[in-house]
Amino acid sequence: MTTHRHGVIWRALEAIGLSGALARWDESPYWFRRAVAPVLIAAIVIGLAWLAGVPPSLALLIMLAITYALYVMPRRWRRVVMPATALALAIAYPLYLDKLFAIPVFKSFPTMDTMVVMAIFTLMAIGLNIVVGYAGLLDLGYVAFYALGAYGAAWFASNHFSQVDIDVASIGRIEGVAGIHISIWAVLLIAAFIAAFAGVLIGLPTLRLRGDYLAIVTLGFGEILPQIARNGDEEGLGFNLTNGPPGINPIDPPGFGSFLGDIGLPANFLLEQGTYVNFPNLIYWGAIGLVLITVFCSLRLRDSRLGRAWIAIREDETAAAAMGVPLMRTKTWAYACGAFFGGAAGAWFATFNQGVFPDNFFFNLSVFILCMVILGGMGNVWGVIVGACFLVYLDKEGLSNIASWFNENVLPCDPVAANPSNAVSAGCVNAPLLAFGIYGTIIVLVMLFRPQGMFPEERRKLEFEHGVRDEPLYDIQHDEHLETEPH
Amino acid sequence: MDLLLDVRGLRKEFGGLVAVSDVDFTIPRGSIRSLIGPNGAGKTTFFNMITGVYKPTAGRVLLDGEDITALPPHTVTQRGIGRTFQNIRLFQEMTAIENVLVGMHCRLKTGIVGGVIRPPRARREEREAHKRARELLEYCSLSGTDDDYARNLSYGDQRRLEVARALATQPKLIFLDEPVAGMNPQETSEFTGFVGRLRDELDLTVLLIEHDMKVVMGVSDEVTVLEFGTKIAEGTPHEVQTNPRVIEAYLGSGAAA
Repeated sequence: MTTHRHGVIWRALEAIGLSGALARWDESPYWFRRAVAPVLIAAIVIGLAWLAGVPPSLALLIMLAITYALYVMPRRWRRVVMPATALALAIAYPLYLDKLFAIPVFKSFPTMDTMVVMAIFTLMAIGLNIVVGYAGLLDLGYVAFYALGAYGAAWFASNHFSQVDIDVASIGRIEGVAGIHISIWAVLLIAAFIAAFAGVLIGLPTLRLRGDYLAIVTLGFGEILPQIARNGDEEGLGFNLTNGPPGINPIDPPGFGSFLGDIGLPANFLLEQGTYVNFPNLIYWGAIGLVLITVFCSLRLRDSRLGRAWIAIREDETAAAAMGVPLMRTKTWAYACGAFFGGAAGAWFATFNQGVFPDNFFFNLSVFILCMVILGGMGNVWGVIVGACFLVYLDKEGLSNIASWFNENVLPCDPVAANPSNAVSAGCVNAPLLAFGIYGTIIVLVMLFRPQGMFPEERRKLEFEHGVRDEPLYDIQHDEHLETEPH
Repeated sequence: MDLLLDVRGLRKEFGGLVAVSDVDFTIPRGSIRSLIGPNGAGKTTFFNMITGVYKPTAGRVLLDGEDITALPPHTVTQRGIGRTFQNIRLFQEMTAIENVLVGMHCRLKTGIVGGVIRPPRARREEREAHKRARELLEYCSLSGTDDDYARNLSYGDQRRLEVARALATQPKLIFLDEPVAGMNPQETSEFTGFVGRLRDELDLTVLLIEHDMKVVMGVSDEVTVLEFGTKIAEGTPHEVQTNPRVIEAYLGSGAAA
């Protein structure tokens, strides 16, 4: 069996007389052909690790074995095994973090604080993916829902409203302090519903707009809400809603309470510090749980009646309306769903931070989350997760690690003379100052070379190849403006 | 006579241009009615006003005695008018069966919570919807294409899928906007037979916009002719064919002589 091969490398190999070897390659058994690439990759990685002075440790071998197993596995199994493996690794991560080796260039593995932020942004990215990826509505103000969720947690689980004293199964509140204290699990839901409700309120007037117009209006709302948070104290509002620039803190820590604590669940996440687990780990596992729920809901929604309607609207609004899909209602649902998960993420972030501050909710966050969705692959939950983890890692640790490696090993860097307020000085680069330039470059490169994202949904891939119809419905310039021309 | 659709004095102005001028139009239940006219006669505008895409400047539309004037398109569909598009507007990157399922949207009940939790009722509804969608595909001679993306279907199949999608909305009245445009003669004659079957087997009433006179004359009970937004003739295919005004509209004055 010989197959015709295209591509420069193959033609070059043939030209230097290796076509005989190629033919033998084609005749070799299937498992052999599948196995060569992972073995080569494994050899290269181990070789590199050895060159970098890392002993080929057990962890590395296990990772390679997993990669290899996934590579040779039938597609059907891979769909289950891959997320399950990723989940197992993610859950076990805090337990083996101390034992992990340093990677060349990237240095240490991400810390637990980074992992928590990663999980929370993953949550938001999956939420935004419902709006942008499924329903095709460009939302540049997603941070508003994140902010609302965070303030929701602050309102219902802190001593902010000290005029009243309500306590519903709260954890870790300071004795004798008034305020609304509701169990964090209920607060998560409340915050998510507040955000979803805001999504409906914002959606009703704006979702009549299309494309660019919608993006501009959502951008406006994304600016308005944090401004309200910044000015929502007695001076600005006449009623202390958000406590203005200092924000609201402390927020009650999450926990399962003493009753469930007796059967082994952590009673109060904050007080577990110093024992075998600590606060970031518990918050991290909680966030993983939330991500799981979100992924489940997101996938179920996609395959439901509503999900089909979203995709139909994304593809051709006019046809969808003509087939009986109520445009406003369906779009508003998409908006509310996205906002719901954004709100939950905000609430969890607020409890992780133990407080909420208006400066956490700048516009650039909306863009950052949108970048995760675009980079990962609009519409594909798995791609979006990868995009979110990758960008958060870069933002929190990756960029500065890589930059410091460059400063130490490649650039003629003089750390003593370097001015930390300059992006480039004394031969050193200061990665945090260049961060948005670097993200911008990444997005431009992705848009140029892989506009459908790293892991696109199959449909989306087709759409990027062929385009979608986006002709307005209530507009005179319809397909028949030719027909109405006077003759 | 039992009128399914009753249009009275429907008018549409785009700025100073009168696209459709006070047209009265009725379709008896169970009939196949064609709407013909030269390019620019306002046929599609007329169509779009009834289906809610445009708001009429004046006039009323009654479906089964109920006023549906200027209702939004999805409500009109829910009331029982299904339609296809002149230039195919399938959901190109959805599979054939998904296209049909979207058509069923307004007849299914599962909401957002049901979609996530999937109680037995939602599962049953979804299963039955899939079953019906497959039946509809089969009825429109599209069996075996369930999981093909609409984009990848042949031209004739795409036309038939549009009809299947429109049928999925469970219409009383189906609007076909130039359904045989671009079909070869054999596909055209098959499609003509198919339109007849829609009426006979599914008890549908059909409104057809068509340029292909063979189709129009072969299948319609009555034909209405529009020119410059005005109704110039109405009657059986034979009456219309011999009407001097119609001949003039199509072939220019002098030809009638």
